[in-house]
Amino acid sequence: MTIQSHSRLLRMLSVTAMTVATVILAGCLGDDESWRGKDISGLMPELAFELTDTSGNTITASETNGEIRMLFFGFTSCPDVCPATLQKLARAVNDMPDNLQKDTRIVFVSVDPRRDTPDRIESYVDFFSERAIGLTGEEKALRELSKRYRTTFGYDDPDAEGNYNVSHSGAVYVFDREGDARLLFRPDLSVEDIRADLVALAQENNS
Amino acid sequence: MSVADYLIPYDFSPVTILGFVLVLGFYGYGLLKMPEENRPGSGRILVFVVGVMMCYAVMQTRFDYYSQYMFFVHRGQHLILHHLGPFLIALSNPLPVMRFLYSRISPGTRRALKPLGWIYRFLQHPAIASFLFVGLIYFWLWPPIHFDAMLSRDLYWIMNWSMLLDGLLFWWLIFDSRSPVNSNALGYGKRILLLALVAIPQMILGATIVFSRGMVYDVYEVCGRAWPMPPETDQLLGGLLTWIPPAMMSILGILIILRRAMREDGKVSPYSEELKASHS
Repeated sequence: MTIQSHSRLLRMLSVTAMTVATVILAGCLGDDESWRGKDISGLMPELAFELTDTSGNTITASETNGEIRMLFFGFTSCPDVCPATLQKLARAVNDMPDNLQKDTRIVFVSVDPRRDTPDRIESYVDFFSERAIGLTGEEKALRELSKRYRTTFGYDDPDAEGNYNVSHSGAVYVFDREGDARLLFRPDLSVEDIRADLVALAQENNS
Repeated sequence: MSVADYLIPYDFSPVTILGFVLVLGFYGYGLLKMPEENRPGSGRILVFVVGVMMCYAVMQTRFDYYSQYMFFVHRGQHLILHHLGPFLIALSNPLPVMRFLYSRISPGTRRALKPLGWIYRFLQHPAIASFLFVGLIYFWLWPPIHFDAMLSRDLYWIMNWSMLLDGLLFWWLIFDSRSPVNSNALGYGKRILLLALVAIPQMILGATIVFSRGMVYDVYEVCGRAWPMPPETDQLLGGLLTWIPPAMMSILGILIILRRAMREDGKVSPYSEELKASHS
């Protein structure tokens, strides 16, 4: 092969490679789903946890199988994100058809076990919805669970009264009846959008 | 937290650890066994090891935890994986060690490695190399892609490894120790051009992040931060890290290549032998 044709071949190859790369990029961006929330199928592992419920008993994820689970990390002293999110989820569940409501479960996990006693969590979640359960555990178990869902939490320095802020995920992780990760609700999603997604999930292979 | 907690991997990856052990192992083996006259000096060895260890540190220590939950630390991680680490590795010029190791490989294995050579030569075409270098930064920072990459463990590892490997390829091309006069290495002018060309889109991207008013990367908002920090500050710092240090590294690279070119100026004339022959 002459040097000239060799370099022409290389140039042609490079143009082809760029075209292919552009097409692949365009393909990645064009995922038009009918879900209102963010589709996370395949991105995250199935639901698994072993935590303490508000009666002080150990509870695992499999005990809630068969329900659409909405996992949310927070703390009861949370000034804004947690109450707003829980209220939104509760309203969305309430707006669902009666027969589907019993198939949903709001799973509130407190990442502030020092302040959040089971009693405190119980009265907190009961205030929002009867479909909600409140869980917590030792910090190690909470760290593992949050790491599994690529999130974290951190504590601010306490002020003079001993109050401190906790940084945590603002998202709701939604798992289907089998426990597969399906959707992620961003904090700005509306009640109607959440309701629509929950109904669609609940009606999926509804036995 | 104890010192050990900071040193152990946040997300243990056996493949990553194996990769680093093999690289350092082969490098050390080559150093010990190779003929002394070709062996790199202690300064070069140090630069190589520092480059490798920096990449290891951002992937397999507590640093990785902060990279996953703070945008600006993540940008720092990629600055090391894609720029600083590979920059040092390529600058230390481990070519003599690699040549020695290659001479130890059996002919059968060499034949099996041939396709790798083709892929390598294809990727090292200057147009492809610079397109990949900038393209990968844009690709992983494309908001929807970035969101998925930070949510999925597999994608996250692919992202970091692709940045490291691409960084190595690019800086290896730029700091190729062979002179373009007597080998088919890329000419110094072209190397300088590439460095300037890749700096511009990186500066544009960094400036865009710095000056954007809304949240561009809300995944850190969604997934929680390592410590409570205003999102705007996080994004601003991340944008600055995307903008300024890479541009400075391009300039540093240009200066290094200029120095090499000036050293070779007038030293060797490619056609001198032929000319002499034709005039005699």
